[in-house]
Amino acid sequence: MDLALEILPQVLVDGLVLGFMYALIALGYTMVYGVLEFINFAHSEIFVLGAFVGVEILLMLQSAGLLAVLHPAAVLLLIILAAMVVSGLAAMALERVAYRPLRGSPRLVALISAIGASFLLQDGLRLFESLWRNTFYLTYPTLDFLDRTVPLGANVVVPVKSILVVVTALVMLWGLNLFVNRTRIGAAIRAVAQDPDTASLMGVPVNRVIATTFFVGGAMGGLAGVLFGLHYSLVNPYTGFFPGLKAFTAAVLGGIGNIPGAMLGGMVLGMLEALAASYLSLATDGAFGAEYKDVFAFAALILILIFRPKGLLGEKVREDRA
Amino acid sequence: MTRSLAPIGLLAYISGSCLLAILYPQSVLAFLLFEASLLLLYYIPAHAKVKSALAALVLVLLMPLLGAINGYYLEVAIQIGIYAALALGLNIVVGFVGLLNLGFVAFYAIGAYLWAIFGSPQANEFIAGGGFPLAPYWFFIFLLLSIGVGALTGVVLGLPVLRLRGDYLAVVTLGFAEVVRALVNNLDKPINLTNGPRGISPIVKPPLFFRPVLEFFGLQVTDAKLYPLYFYFLVLLVVFVIILVTRRLESSRIGRAWKAIREDEIAAAAMGVSVVRMKLLGFAVGASFASAVGVLFAAKQVFIAMVILGGMGSIPGAILGATGVTILNLQLLKGLSLWLNGLRQSGAVLSLPLLGSYSLSQLPVQFEPAKYERMVFGLILILMMIFRPQGVLPPRREQRK
Repeated sequence: MDLALEILPQVLVDGLVLGFMYALIALGYTMVYGVLEFINFAHSEIFVLGAFVGVEILLMLQSAGLLAVLHPAAVLLLIILAAMVVSGLAAMALERVAYRPLRGSPRLVALISAIGASFLLQDGLRLFESLWRNTFYLTYPTLDFLDRTVPLGANVVVPVKSILVVVTALVMLWGLNLFVNRTRIGAAIRAVAQDPDTASLMGVPVNRVIATTFFVGGAMGGLAGVLFGLHYSLVNPYTGFFPGLKAFTAAVLGGIGNIPGAMLGGMVLGMLEALAASYLSLATDGAFGAEYKDVFAFAALILILIFRPKGLLGEKVREDRA
Repeated sequence: MTRSLAPIGLLAYISGSCLLAILYPQSVLAFLLFEASLLLLYYIPAHAKVKSALAALVLVLLMPLLGAINGYYLEVAIQIGIYAALALGLNIVVGFVGLLNLGFVAFYAIGAYLWAIFGSPQANEFIAGGGFPLAPYWFFIFLLLSIGVGALTGVVLGLPVLRLRGDYLAVVTLGFAEVVRALVNNLDKPINLTNGPRGISPIVKPPLFFRPVLEFFGLQVTDAKLYPLYFYFLVLLVVFVIILVTRRLESSRIGRAWKAIREDEIAAAAMGVSVVRMKLLGFAVGASFASAVGVLFAAKQVFIAMVILGGMGSIPGAILGATGVTILNLQLLKGLSLWLNGLRQSGAVLSLPLLGSYSLSQLPVQFEPAKYERMVFGLILILMMIFRPQGVLPPRREQRK
């Protein structure tokens, strides 16, 4: 029991980091679902794309000898912005090429197209990296200050990178909230989410709003990708599958289509997973270890869908388009 | 007129391509031409009896003959058969009932592990007595058993999730597949059920019960030669049975209920179709097919590990219903890989007018077309959905009326 208490603060920090990561990715799913009622299956690849943009820029800076010269904050700002822009644009392009021609066709058709897009992006990224670097398993260069730790209380140390994840995510979530609730285009997004036909009659340019939604969701995914890379340092084109699936779980958990819900769902799922990863083996005397944490997440998804299909924050999905 | 001419023409085509395949045993192209005869058979105007006679000629006589000459062809044919059987099972769930089941491979894995565990010493790990592996004839019992086990797991998964709307269902089934994968990979402790990522080996093959008959006719065939042929016929039989069952189901009360649900769930419910029960049935039937195919696969593979069963790789193929395309892709990409490797080793120098010269030996080693089958699948899926969502061979329902 002592051990359990001893690792608890560390577990909570891990959970917080995971939770914000899932929350950022979940936003992409939930926003797209809000306006299109459609699961963007390729969103996990948009997330990975962000991670790859980050590592590519860092590696380039490193080989140019600039990594040690530039101010770390400038480097971070650069890779975060670049990843957000690239991922956002990629999501927009994806919508234009693979989803827009299918608007109005049955749900399954669009979903299959999204799965195809997911495959295509995974192997496309792999192809690019294979030709460019002759390997597609990339490692983030170490940034010394990220690995420093900050003591927190008696025997808890928090690495700077965890703080970075939490702070960046908080800032972005706050910014997104302002964007959706306070700006004109945000109001347009909400209008389209409520009723695209009526919004269109009111003069809202629906196509542009949808493209914007994809951009914003994609940018959040790209940001999550960079943070993921900085925190866990190893990326490959297939990294996105699990975070993507879990982020979707988080979106459903919070009530899909609902932005605060996605944040809440991400936090809950991240905490659950961190707790399961650390305590499952402790509780069962090593019989079931951390490898079952994924099972845990999906079991959670199935249970939510059975008992509270509308998610924790009960959502306002229209019945007519269901 | 054309009705009598077409079969004769096709017969000529079949014998021609068959001859080509025999003469050039290394040529993939000749084999593809031969395979294409089945597609042609589908299109030509002819009496149903003539068509089935021709199909039987190709599948029962010529294909094994080719296989006896070149074992590789038989291997490809068995692969196609397994994919076709899986695709047919998935077709019931996705095509008839309209439920996108992305966890379909999980049922296949369950079937495969069912026979792998009991048809190998693996079961001794948790059942005392050392009575395993089971005798070969148990294979057939397990083939039947797997239908029940598959249906049962289908119902167990289906019960909670089938009330969900289409896209939720897709994600939950995908999650289910991952759960099965995680379980299989990790259930080597606390009790060793699946031997974890190391896989299970060796697995007992089905019995050669017809050996005495062969010997009676004075045929002496080695096991190594006989097994591929045997598996070919087993797969053929399973595919045949599945097609038969599917066709009977399709035009039955159940099949019509499924299609009604697919077209409009609310209207179907209003017409008195028990939606959840029918969905569950479709789910279970599809799952039982996959599970039975899994048993076959385990027996053929001798060694199974999650690597082979993993991923959604087979799903697009199944969705497309183009099992031939799957193999074709693998063949083509593999060929391209070999060709590139050859170029790389030859160190040829490519001189382009504007870009200067580029030595092919500098080509990155990681660039191997054979590894990018998912990319091809992805592209095909998107293009199909945009330009031909009904598939390459759409159902002929409307024409019949």
